[in-house]
Amino acid sequence: MALVSVANLTRIFDVSKPWLNRVVERRKKAFLTAVSDVSFDIEERSVYALVGESGSGKSTIGKILVGLLPPTEGSVKIRDVDLARERDAARVDAVRADIQMIFQDPYASLNPRWRVRDIIVEPVAARGGETKGMAEKLLEQVGLSARDAGKFPHEFSGGQRQRICIARALASEPRLIVCDEPTSALDVSVQAQVLNLMSDLKDDLGLTYLFISHDLTVVQHISDKVGVLYLGRLVEEAAPDELFDDPKHPYTQMLLEAAPKLGEFGREVDPPKGEIPDPINPPPGCAYHPRCPLAEDICRKERPEMRALRGARVACHMAE
Amino acid sequence: MSEAILSIRDLTVEIPTRHGILRPVDGISYDIGRGEVLGIVGESGAGKSMAGNAVIGLLSPPARIAKGEIHVGGTRIDHLKGDAMRRLRGKEIGMVFQDPLTSLNPLLRIGDQLTETILAHLDVSRSEAEKRAVAALDEVGIPGARERINSYPHEFSGGMRQRVVIALALCAEPSLIIADEPTTALDVSVQAQIIALLKSLCRERGTAVMLITHDMGVIAEAADRVAVMYAGKLAELGPVRDVLTTPRHPYTDGLMGSTPLASRGKARLHQIPGAMPRLDALPSGCAFHPRCPYAQDKCSVDPGPDLADGNGAACWFPLPHDAKVA
Repeated sequence: MALVSVANLTRIFDVSKPWLNRVVERRKKAFLTAVSDVSFDIEERSVYALVGESGSGKSTIGKILVGLLPPTEGSVKIRDVDLARERDAARVDAVRADIQMIFQDPYASLNPRWRVRDIIVEPVAARGGETKGMAEKLLEQVGLSARDAGKFPHEFSGGQRQRICIARALASEPRLIVCDEPTSALDVSVQAQVLNLMSDLKDDLGLTYLFISHDLTVVQHISDKVGVLYLGRLVEEAAPDELFDDPKHPYTQMLLEAAPKLGEFGREVDPPKGEIPDPINPPPGCAYHPRCPLAEDICRKERPEMRALRGARVACHMAE
Repeated sequence: MSEAILSIRDLTVEIPTRHGILRPVDGISYDIGRGEVLGIVGESGAGKSMAGNAVIGLLSPPARIAKGEIHVGGTRIDHLKGDAMRRLRGKEIGMVFQDPLTSLNPLLRIGDQLTETILAHLDVSRSEAEKRAVAALDEVGIPGARERINSYPHEFSGGMRQRVVIALALCAEPSLIIADEPTTALDVSVQAQIIALLKSLCRERGTAVMLITHDMGVIAEAADRVAVMYAGKLAELGPVRDVLTTPRHPYTDGLMGSTPLASRGKARLHQIPGAMPRLDALPSGCAFHPRCPYAQDKCSVDPGPDLADGNGAACWFPLPHDAKVA
């Protein structure tokens, strides 16, 4: 059975102005649909990557998974427990201990006033666990020195800080780690170090990752399955080789075409047209139709369902 | 290469501090020709932006140009002060920054910002300047330029804002544009639009471009030549195809190896051990030697050789070696 099972997940944010402005300026309430009817499963010991441009809802899904945000509709089940609706506190607690998160900015996600030792053991200490010698062991596991435990975060570089974040995420011995753009703030050579560390840890400890990123080459490198998001909707899901060799959704095709390629010198790109639409008033039907070269009448009227197509799942009327 | 628009010789930027003098840029030399795009790559702290800021005269004190010469269109500019530099900046050299929101004044309509720039640098009437502002917006592909000219920066999306910044940089028809990470804050699809725009504008006008970025993919697609910087020095300089496919400096080689690539699939990424040294603790000799797999005794004593006639690698033992260490 899948470790994580996301079903028809929807998250709507109320972005209305305060009521007085609404009365005076005669504005209606405004709602932003960040995630709309997204379903996918994450297998145990695999890496599931979510890619998409800004505003595609990838971070919102990550936050819902770890329980930082409740879903508006739909469910997220981890080991068959729906965190948002489960009544049995003991079961919720058991599942919660299995999830950890790594954030994008290692400068903002470490408390500057805490020593590294206290930062790392916090997930265990908060639950009253025994933490003696734990920080030192974890620091060595992520390639830092045990002596670093007594230092403060400002004494480390960006890559080292991200290693501290990883050590903290490992402290409670989780099974699932949600990684929200874990290498986006890092330089390439440091990114390579962190990506290698993450895949080693996954193999050694049997971890499962939800890997959120906008960088297609990183995703291809690390993931076992990729979900492509556009305006809060999952438009395509496939194994990375399948996705990169034979993208089926026009949006995926556009994204792959637009990404800069290292081997193609002086490549002339026919740049993609248009921009991501306003998520407060998304286009009717398929959200991609205003920019899509294949769009026909049905695309403007009906939202496409996810369907299986040659080893992938794709939400497009026209793809074949 | 035809005549050089920008010519930098032995440029050194120093920051005096309590603990001694730091050199974020240390003796770099290169030329950019008419219509040429020179990519400057390197990791954070390599001194790429500092070199760009030195050219356009935007070093914030106490940083200063300590040595070397900068020529733009044959005129020496590194010693210019205040007014003289201000006349040049915008007129001869345009600048595009990373974050389009902070490089536009949020309180002024974009039309006013454009006409202000045009009036400051070109001898034209206000109505002519306004006409040119509309034309500039048109040229960078902003739909409905005549109406959008009265909009404020916050009314534009990120990609459109970056187009406005490019229009601003281009409106006085400079001969050199310095683009400092122009697409780093943008999504891939918008990035492709902006890169294509920069390339076509330069081709049409023959503007020289200094493209500063950390993204090797962007460099490969947009640049003619590339300069790789490490710890304030040029590690390697050459035609983009040569440098990226057959790197001669071990640092460039490591950088390429650590970039995830479609063709490499899931193979383990190459790692450069360690991290870029801090400016106040630069190693002796070649700054890369503690991280270099090929370093020998000489490397820890002698700084790398000068780049021969502005090409090649600043390395005592440039690649390829006979016995390549993986």
